[in-house]
Amino acid sequence: MRRILFSILLIAVLAAAALFFATHLTIPAEQQTQRTFAPDVVRRGGEMAALGYCASCHTAGNGKPFAGGRPLATPFGTIYGTNITPDAETGIGLWSQAAFNRAMRDGVDRAGRDLYPAFPYDHFTKLSEDDLAALYAFLMARAPVHAPNRTNALAFPYSLRPLLVGWKLLYLNKGPVSSDQTKSAQWTGGAYLVEALSHCGACHTPRDRLGAEIASRHFDGGEAEDWWAPPLNRTSPSPVPWSEESLFNYLRSWDAGHGGAVGPMAPVVAALATIPEQNVRAIAAYIASTLAKPAESEKHVEDNQTQAMQANPQGAQLYAGSCATCHETGAHVPFTVASLGQHTSVHGPDPRNVIHVILHGIQPPEGTVGAIMPAFADTLNDAQIAEIVSYLRARFSGGPQWSNIAGEIARIRRQETSP
Amino acid sequence: MNAPLFTPSRREVLAGALIVSFSLRPPRSVAAEEQQNAGPKPKLPGSLKDAAMLDAWIRVDANGTVTIFTGKCEIGQGIKTALIQVAAEELEVEPSRIHLVTADTARTANEGFTSGSNSMKDSGTAIRNAAAQVREILIGVAAERLGVAADQLHAQSGAVVGPDNRRIGYGELVAGDVLHVAAQPASKLKSPEALKVIGQSMPRVDIPGKVTGGVSYVQDLRLPGMAHARIVRPPSYDARLQSLDTSAVEKLPGVLKIVRDGSFLAVIAEREFQAVTAMHALAAHAKWDVATKLPDEKDIFGFIESLPADDYVIAEKHAPAAAAAQSLEAVYRRPYQLHGSIGPSCAVASFDGDALTVWSHAQGMFPLRKAIAEMLHLSDDKVRCIHMEGAGCYGHNGADDAAADAALLARALPGRPVRVQWTREQEHQWEPYGPAMLSRARASLDASGNIVDWQYEVRSNTHSTRPPGAGQLLAARHLEQPFKPDAPKPIPQPEGGGDRNSIPLYALPNVRVVHHFVPDMPLRVSAQRGLGAYHNVFAIESFLDELAVAAGADPLEFRLRHIQEPRARKVITTAAERFGWASTPLPKGKGRGFAFARYKNLGAYCAVAIEVDVEHESGRVRLGRAVAAVDSGQAVNPDGIANQIQGGIVQSASWTLYESVRFNETRILSQDWSTYPILRFGAVPESVEVHVIDAPGQPFLGTGEAAQGPTAAAIANAVANATGMRVRDLPLNAARVKAAIGV
Amino acid sequence: MIPLNVNGRLHEVEDEPNTPLLYVLRDTLELNGAKFGCGLGQCGSCTVVVDGKPIFSCLTPISILQGRKITTVEGLGTEDAPSPLQRAFIEEQAAQCGYCIPGMIMRAHALLTTNRTPSEAQIRDHMNPNLCRCGTHMRILAAIRRAAHAMQAADATAGPREVRP
Repeated sequence: MRRILFSILLIAVLAAAALFFATHLTIPAEQQTQRTFAPDVVRRGGEMAALGYCASCHTAGNGKPFAGGRPLATPFGTIYGTNITPDAETGIGLWSQAAFNRAMRDGVDRAGRDLYPAFPYDHFTKLSEDDLAALYAFLMARAPVHAPNRTNALAFPYSLRPLLVGWKLLYLNKGPVSSDQTKSAQWTGGAYLVEALSHCGACHTPRDRLGAEIASRHFDGGEAEDWWAPPLNRTSPSPVPWSEESLFNYLRSWDAGHGGAVGPMAPVVAALATIPEQNVRAIAAYIASTLAKPAESEKHVEDNQTQAMQANPQGAQLYAGSCATCHETGAHVPFTVASLGQHTSVHGPDPRNVIHVILHGIQPPEGTVGAIMPAFADTLNDAQIAEIVSYLRARFSGGPQWSNIAGEIARIRRQETSP
Repeated sequence: MNAPLFTPSRREVLAGALIVSFSLRPPRSVAAEEQQNAGPKPKLPGSLKDAAMLDAWIRVDANGTVTIFTGKCEIGQGIKTALIQVAAEELEVEPSRIHLVTADTARTANEGFTSGSNSMKDSGTAIRNAAAQVREILIGVAAERLGVAADQLHAQSGAVVGPDNRRIGYGELVAGDVLHVAAQPASKLKSPEALKVIGQSMPRVDIPGKVTGGVSYVQDLRLPGMAHARIVRPPSYDARLQSLDTSAVEKLPGVLKIVRDGSFLAVIAEREFQAVTAMHALAAHAKWDVATKLPDEKDIFGFIESLPADDYVIAEKHAPAAAAAQSLEAVYRRPYQLHGSIGPSCAVASFDGDALTVWSHAQGMFPLRKAIAEMLHLSDDKVRCIHMEGAGCYGHNGADDAAADAALLARALPGRPVRVQWTREQEHQWEPYGPAMLSRARASLDASGNIVDWQYEVRSNTHSTRPPGAGQLLAARHLEQPFKPDAPKPIPQPEGGGDRNSIPLYALPNVRVVHHFVPDMPLRVSAQRGLGAYHNVFAIESFLDELAVAAGADPLEFRLRHIQEPRARKVITTAAERFGWASTPLPKGKGRGFAFARYKNLGAYCAVAIEVDVEHESGRVRLGRAVAAVDSGQAVNPDGIANQIQGGIVQSASWTLYESVRFNETRILSQDWSTYPILRFGAVPESVEVHVIDAPGQPFLGTGEAAQGPTAAAIANAVANATGMRVRDLPLNAARVKAAIGV
Repeated sequence: MIPLNVNGRLHEVEDEPNTPLLYVLRDTLELNGAKFGCGLGQCGSCTVVVDGKPIFSCLTPISILQGRKITTVEGLGTEDAPSPLQRAFIEEQAAQCGYCIPGMIMRAHALLTTNRTPSEAQIRDHMNPNLCRCGTHMRILAAIRRAAHAMQAADATAGPREVRP
């Protein structure tokens, strides 16, 4: 009996090893000169790349687009975006379409190394053949940039790439986005974009201890680079109901009911502003359906001004001096909403987003229209920021007071000063 | 003097004392209009033709201190320093011993507006000639006193010096009315070789105070008993105040008065922040009907083309030329753009029950006085307007309107000076913008690539809605008994408004230029630095590059092929040489561009060469090295000229790359720097180099606006060079450039 | 009464605690350096230094400034005895209208107090929050570089540096 079991195990291991080697073979290099692409395929690939926010992770702060180098902090360490320009030596210049597709669908690079799921191949695996071809064409039509990739700084054992084989066995569900025949073509298109290319769940779905999205809690809210990513389903605490129109406004630029994107969401909106409108409308239609709440459960925007002031007079005074100039003018200052209570972040489970915004402000990209908020890191000390944060929570949210506000402020400040 | 005379600064105090100390006559106005003699006169140089008496410009007191009076204003262009230099040169007095009084309706000549880069041409010329004539008069007095021939004497360091080194200080020579004489048409100006102060980069007199917190601006003026006011403006151009509940605001701490007249609404308080708080409260209690209907921003140029226009053929020339081998046509567009002073408009006014004094940073004190007097139904002599600096204005911004606001509020609170400070949002929404413009250029080349035919049409609103009409003042339009704006008029050639610089300076055989003047103004517009020249030079110099490409010629060579004027050629070749102009291709994404213009075809010659780096993925344009050459005639202060050109290049780069006023069907959406972004430090050029070409003995030419047009075209040409695609619509923002270059 | 330490002098001011520092500096203490530009924290004309850091005085209530050191351009030097930065701005003639300049000087002061050898990129990045409309940027940058050199030279002769925010 034990012998049989052992044999089965041995066969399984051998089979797994064979499978591993079969799926991890180096794919032969392909020279750039062999490739030509139809212009409209490249153009569509450009739109795909914008919808996939490729540049967000694959471009360093002041670096060349797609040339990599951007650090992405994860609970397991720092991963650097790679160079995906067609540079033969440091980019993906030698990758064939097959090599590209394997990376996107199986998370294995051309040389056969397993890729970390910070690169969201668990979403990209659902992309259609045509879209992969378009993306490939677009990337291969970029100017090659010579920029060697930076080595990831991951703690042991996460630095061992072969462990990712096991991760994929557990979590990588291949195959297309599930469809619903009862829905419109726009909704179906939106579902495909959201679940595959735009990988919204990567931030908006909570992850387990191995860094995988928890399928049963799809869109329950997650996080991105130490920001809380709010739920995109009925658990959203937003007091202002989302509609297709408001989602479209938000995703395209700014919405009077909810405000605008900040933190890691800002580049997403910047990218969505560049692509044909119908794509964003499709995303809005799909997300509106996942967010939809029964009408009677709609809450109104809280403003417990008197109670909040009584409970926290110092916070109220700091708010009056530092915040009210812009935020108490009935939305007369551009890019402010009528009440700070309309911002979902005030209703979140933790104060991180509010702290990030107060400490560092909001700066639009050079030369572009967009909200400007000054950073208060040098103006207010931790205790003062804590007073303001707890005042905002008490005044504008019906939720319980956040715990450990001061600790979070100190932690986030430390993070910024020791990069 | 009827108006209460406050003494805002040390310099003002000193200057005031000087007048009293030397003049035994009763006080009198030195304004120009009453100084003219009857009969036909030969033309006097510069602004002397409008104010001929020498002591309207220059006074010398008994201890030898010299005071110069200019009717122009310091608007950040450094005019005070340059005028002191001019006076010091011809008077033979150290610049540090000269006091300068700028535009003040009670004290200086009426030199109209400080605009059009005319200050050196008008006031500089007047002061230089007046100074030379004063010097000769004083030498004459000394000659009489010493009993020697005048040609035995010379002026030196504020004194007349004789052959035996006997010195008589100017202070001793000015007794009586010796300077109260009319200027002569000809002056004994110093020869170019003898100049010691003119041509030197003398440090600006105003900078030390500005960097150490001195009283430098009208914003810094504090008068005894001064109250603070804020305006509550309507939400859109034509909105009217329907209802107002003032009860809560009246009870706020420090509130002195709520002033309402029609749709003009303001609050006056003891302290500044009390006024700010009250303004917000008042705004919350005011209800407006928002009636304004603005055109669709997306189709603004179609709308402007649909408006009726008065057509003026401003250039027409026909000469035989070779047959056309190919023709090109292109349309260029420039959106509404705003001045965007970094300090919103401000004014202080004081009314004693009879007469009004207004301190303002507007560009014309005499026209402002006329407008305010009309608005308040006062006679001109009951209103005194005194210029004090504000933040840079770059044309007609909210300054005049803020002065009108202050005048109305001072009248409502007699006996107390009232300071009005506009908010950022008010400045953005209510200042008159630089008008949207479009032009269509057509040209033909012969077989050897020479231009044989040139046709150009430009369509624009007026470029001046300045006072003196009371209806030009914003507040006057909002009153219960409103004043109507004046009917808009084009500014005639040779200076021109929308058609400024629309006639190419190049030597072309066949030329036709038409100005389509559009009277209807969907958005409030007026003069912005360069007026139409910014757009026309952008269009003409872009089109010239397009023609050069069609002719297979280098853009620099192509320009030189079509221009013979030596000064123009010198400026073009200097900029090209210092830049290291070459036709060799640059790496992908990089480009170089060149452009040239003579401002107004009358002022300074300026050429700009610039390199850019266009990021293919985003379309974002990064500015590299910029090199300019400028010929402003006789250079009074070369560093001052360089400063103006550098600033012009950077400001024009901001206009050209980013700027466009946004609006919807009812209101202006560009309300602050988040909705109207301008260039920040992160995006300024790598370097900006300016070469000032001196033209000794030549007339002063204005500099302040010379760089705006050439910079825009140089950037556009560099972007075209970098990408192979021509963008003809301003601004050349990332989205537009990306759309042009494609995926 | 709120005690404010401005340029080394203690002032007891009676303004409301939520009054932004800018209005207290200009209206109560009659200092001209800090300028009103936008009141929204977008332009930096009102920049002053508090405990060594550049802040927008238009959005900083005086209630939070007790016990903190406020420095304005008046606190750096005078026309007769300008600070190295002020001197550098004069020497480079780094002003056109000059309205933004006190804010520029204060922001640069905060940088040079902690970093005598900033790179060009660091200077541009640090100065980014402050707007200039005249286009004086190139001269402002030159003035900051000049002041940095002057301050380095002074450090070298003076020995160990005392940091005075």
